[in-house]
Amino acid sequence: MAERSFKKEVQKLYLGDGAEFRGEGILAVTKALLQSGVSYIAGYQGAPISHLMDVLADSSDILDELGVHFEQSASEATAAATLAASVNYPLRGAVTFKSTVGTNVASDALANLASGGVTGGALIIVGEDYGDGSSIMQERSHAFAMKSQMWLLDPRPNLPSIVRAVEQSFELSEASNTPVMLELRIRACHVHGRFVAKDNVRPTFTLKDAMEKPVRDVSRIVLPPASFLHEQEKIHTRWPAAQRFIEARGLNEFFAEQSQDFGIILQGGMYNTISRSLELLGLSTPFGESRVPLLVLNVTYPLCDADIRRFCSGKRGVLVVEEGQPNFIEQSLHALLHEADVPSKIHGKDMLPMAGEYTAPTMIQGVLKFVMRYAPHLIDDLRLPAAARTAPTRPLAMLPVTSASLTSQIHPRPPSFCTGCPERPIFTAMKLVERELGVHHVSCDIGCHLFSILPPFNIGATTMGYGLGWAGAAAFNTKETSRRTISIMGDGGFWHNGLTSGVGNAVFNKTDSVLIVVDNSYTAATGGQDILSSAATVPARTTKLSIANAVRGVGVKWVRSVTRTYDVAKMRDTLKEALTTKSRGPKVIVAQGECALNRERRERPLVARRAKEGKRVVRERFGVDADTCTGDHSCIRLSGCPSLTIKDNPDPLRTDPVATVLDSCIGCGLCGEVAHAAVLCPSFYRSDVITNPSAIERLHARVRRAVISLVHRRIDRRLASILG
Amino acid sequence: MNTSSTAQYSALGSRAPSAITIAILAMGGEGGGVLADWIVDLAEHSGFFAQKTSVPGVAQRTGSTIYYCEIFPENAAQAAGKEPVLALSPVLGELDVVIASELMECGRAIQRGLVTPDRTTLIASTHRVYSMSERTDLADGRVDASQFIEAGTAAARSFVRTDFAHIAHDTGSVISAPLFGALAATGALPFSREQFEDAVRRGGVGVDSSLAAFAIGFDAAVAPARKPTGAPPADPSVGARMRPAAARVKSAFPAESHAIVLAGVLRLGDYQDEQYAAEYLDKLDNIRDLDTEFGKGDFFLLNETARHLALWMSYEDAIRVADLKIRRARFERVHDEVQARADQLVRISEFLHPRIDEIADILPAPLGRWLLRPGLVKRVVERLTRNGRIVETTSLSGFLQLYLIASLRPLRRRALRFGRERALMQSWLAEVARVASEDYALACEIAMCPRLLKGYGDTHARGSRNFAAVMGAICALRMRPNAAEGLRRLTDAALADDTGEKLTFALGAIS
Repeated sequence: MAERSFKKEVQKLYLGDGAEFRGEGILAVTKALLQSGVSYIAGYQGAPISHLMDVLADSSDILDELGVHFEQSASEATAAATLAASVNYPLRGAVTFKSTVGTNVASDALANLASGGVTGGALIIVGEDYGDGSSIMQERSHAFAMKSQMWLLDPRPNLPSIVRAVEQSFELSEASNTPVMLELRIRACHVHGRFVAKDNVRPTFTLKDAMEKPVRDVSRIVLPPASFLHEQEKIHTRWPAAQRFIEARGLNEFFAEQSQDFGIILQGGMYNTISRSLELLGLSTPFGESRVPLLVLNVTYPLCDADIRRFCSGKRGVLVVEEGQPNFIEQSLHALLHEADVPSKIHGKDMLPMAGEYTAPTMIQGVLKFVMRYAPHLIDDLRLPAAARTAPTRPLAMLPVTSASLTSQIHPRPPSFCTGCPERPIFTAMKLVERELGVHHVSCDIGCHLFSILPPFNIGATTMGYGLGWAGAAAFNTKETSRRTISIMGDGGFWHNGLTSGVGNAVFNKTDSVLIVVDNSYTAATGGQDILSSAATVPARTTKLSIANAVRGVGVKWVRSVTRTYDVAKMRDTLKEALTTKSRGPKVIVAQGECALNRERRERPLVARRAKEGKRVVRERFGVDADTCTGDHSCIRLSGCPSLTIKDNPDPLRTDPVATVLDSCIGCGLCGEVAHAAVLCPSFYRSDVITNPSAIERLHARVRRAVISLVHRRIDRRLASILG
Repeated sequence: MNTSSTAQYSALGSRAPSAITIAILAMGGEGGGVLADWIVDLAEHSGFFAQKTSVPGVAQRTGSTIYYCEIFPENAAQAAGKEPVLALSPVLGELDVVIASELMECGRAIQRGLVTPDRTTLIASTHRVYSMSERTDLADGRVDASQFIEAGTAAARSFVRTDFAHIAHDTGSVISAPLFGALAATGALPFSREQFEDAVRRGGVGVDSSLAAFAIGFDAAVAPARKPTGAPPADPSVGARMRPAAARVKSAFPAESHAIVLAGVLRLGDYQDEQYAAEYLDKLDNIRDLDTEFGKGDFFLLNETARHLALWMSYEDAIRVADLKIRRARFERVHDEVQARADQLVRISEFLHPRIDEIADILPAPLGRWLLRPGLVKRVVERLTRNGRIVETTSLSGFLQLYLIASLRPLRRRALRFGRERALMQSWLAEVARVASEDYALACEIAMCPRLLKGYGDTHARGSRNFAAVMGAICALRMRPNAAEGLRRLTDAALADDTGEKLTFALGAIS
């Protein structure tokens, strides 16, 4: 992590026994790893677990002290494969990534890992990006746990529970020789809370011990006949061992178990929302003293038969609160209770929606329906909360004042390219090329550049996954047309897999299409982590490798680099050349420009300091002359910069708002370049404010001002005769 | 177990202490996270449990986002012997405090049902951060923001609103600080002003400016600033040369049109000279008479014709642009905008891209036509003007270049474009006049059609094409009922996209 310091967070990792930790959920996980005596940690950044990686990247002191190896993996597959260290040795290890996208990438390694099983505790921390605010598809990590028979923990979303779950995961993993997944939803990762810390633990068996005295066990390698043995072990040894551990250690929690003859079984992560729902329905207190029996599954896979039987026996009905689909837990419960001859009626997706996030209003209505069925007398109709009084799909209907007209006035506000983003001009150039050459099929990738699909650019047809931008256009390879496709790939996706899956593939299959690699020096969308091509010097890593060279290395002949994407004309002409050149074969344009967010983070304090020290500093920003702006807003349609907006027209004759540049402008220059390249209008100007100018500069300025002011006097006389 | 938990529950009753719930609706990168952090820190230092969460992810990049906090008194937890269970997301109808960092986000909070009259204190900044569709509109796509204020007034228990962004700007702070001050002032949280301010101090970043902004935000919430109702806008000042024309406006034109016609007169005096302004009034005489006869007394036709005629007559040629760029007032405006101190130097550079057409436009007509003739001269000039130029207006050479171009004003009446625009303008004006007696409403729409003529270069060419297409359709429209509405639909279509797709479709529907 080059441009941001996490020193403050790192200090929290040093807390010892009895000290109170206050902070974010994902940071609590980081601390819990150190308390559990891990030997190694790896991962691939992505919301919501980036913070774990970022903080550890800044923690070399404490990691060295504890003998912990930390690695920023090349991909989630790399991270998962790293857990191989726990197969033969009693080494505890943890890896982390975003799920389900990261788990998809990792699943080859995870399947192999789960087959042979582990000796040391192996923990996979997945940031479950599901529901409101998610940036990925609507899938569940649960399916991965089931298919590979790894255990899945889904703890209650408070810091003590999360920390406990980390510690128990290692023990469960070791007790059942199985890797364990710990699932944390996005809000749980970012939740601020507190827990009482313990001392960090240096592992007794270290990486050094393993490397100096290597062991192997052919029965742990996935190759017949060992792989047949693994399947038997999974069913006959590891699974029962896990269930025994879960029951004996009370990993799942029972609340108000006998209070009613009905109850709720829920994923641990749903607990706080269920508790609040019950509280609002008058069935619990702010302290979670429920009047409805609850079985909280902190372990959602495998189900612990004994716990389920214990909870369900004597209950007429049970509501399963399981977010997402398919409803694996609910289906398993049907089978489990049927086999065990427990007659409880199972509810779940009949009372709660099949799809979508279980927000509190959704949950309140589902729970209300359930309780009304089994014990309507517990519900006080007159005190129902607002959220219970309407169908969840139509929240507007209940609002006191909202009218359809108000709703129409509220525009969606999706994320977009930041002020000064070097990626924006790439799409501006694409827009300009589109005007000249017509529309091309555009295959997108994952990263900030995917914002191109939104207004004002509206560029891009599909996105098939991280680094898969060019692969997503692979089919469009025919001699029947001379029109080429354009693919986009970020530098993050490029190093993650795009170099082989996209570039190598295109070379091998003799694709005649164009790839734009957006090289902004970081994996910017995940928070600005360093990669092989980062421009920064990072002592612990190898950086500054050239993407263009890598591309040439796998055989691309037509490679162009645009080293300053703000040069829209250059960008446009390069792209035009790629689309029209006679030369057939794969074409790669490396479009370079450092992520503005990260550059500003680094540069702003430096500039301020230089100015304070009396050194010459130039601050550039752009502006629009309101009196020459005619209010067409072409400039905004070709940019979308947050700092380029509109304001009331100061001209009494005009009514349409004029363009204006906000104070937040960082002077990237795109406005001016667009005005030139698209021949827009003469209203844009750049102002350079020079702090601590040199003596010669000041003298020049004085001379200039004297002459100009003579002319000004002349102009002013005329204006006074007209405008008074 | 059953009895004990029930007993305990009854003892607490439904009036049990419950969490204080706070939602912050903000846009990524605005500092909503800072505000949430202050609230957490404030609560934790004041004997409360605090929980905060958000879905940041991509939110740093200007998307709308919600930060959610709950706080709970520690002494109540001690009395109960248990820790509270706090929620991770807001429940509609259960919010004590909703803070919106912008007015449309305030509307969003109300739309989502987060603001209710029984308990919600709503604090919102009244400034606007325009959405993408508001900004990219070809004309004016801004929403009616007054609705958000009305909705907030109706939906909230109490509603504190002012332009907090303005306070932040004035104090060199971020919007979180005055919002935090306003929150302190509402008394919605059980903490004193000192406790709030201490949280800012502990934050340690930009403490002084934050506290200054905090104080103004606090005061604004206690005594909301009344907008000065103000005197009606004073008459613009008129220079000696323009007094006859101004007098003619007062005497010969109805009061309803004085503001616009006078603005037009001054614009054209500035643009060319007093004679040009007099020509403007000559052209309007006829429209005034027609409006008196056929209008409804509000002189709408006259006003709109006067507005668009003045704008058209002062079309933006290179002379005009150069003239506006070099003025003293403009230099001062830029200095203000960049907040330059006296010891700093300011350079201003223009991004100009005059092409051969624009050069020919300001040349005397025969010379302009000669320049545009296919041949060597044209090719050479085209080559020279292929790339845009950056002209530093604060440098002597740049300034004098522009001054030279501005000085071509006296030649303008003989310029190539002048004749072209005058012909187009006259046929438009004739159309307005011709239609006024038969279909007043249609004449009004025709009067407003020049709103399609905007911009420079390609943008202006597109506008001109659309204008011609729309004017060309008037004949066909007049055969149909409600021609005015039909024309309005066409101009709206022309302004709906910059590809001409909607207009082509709309024209197809009437032909």
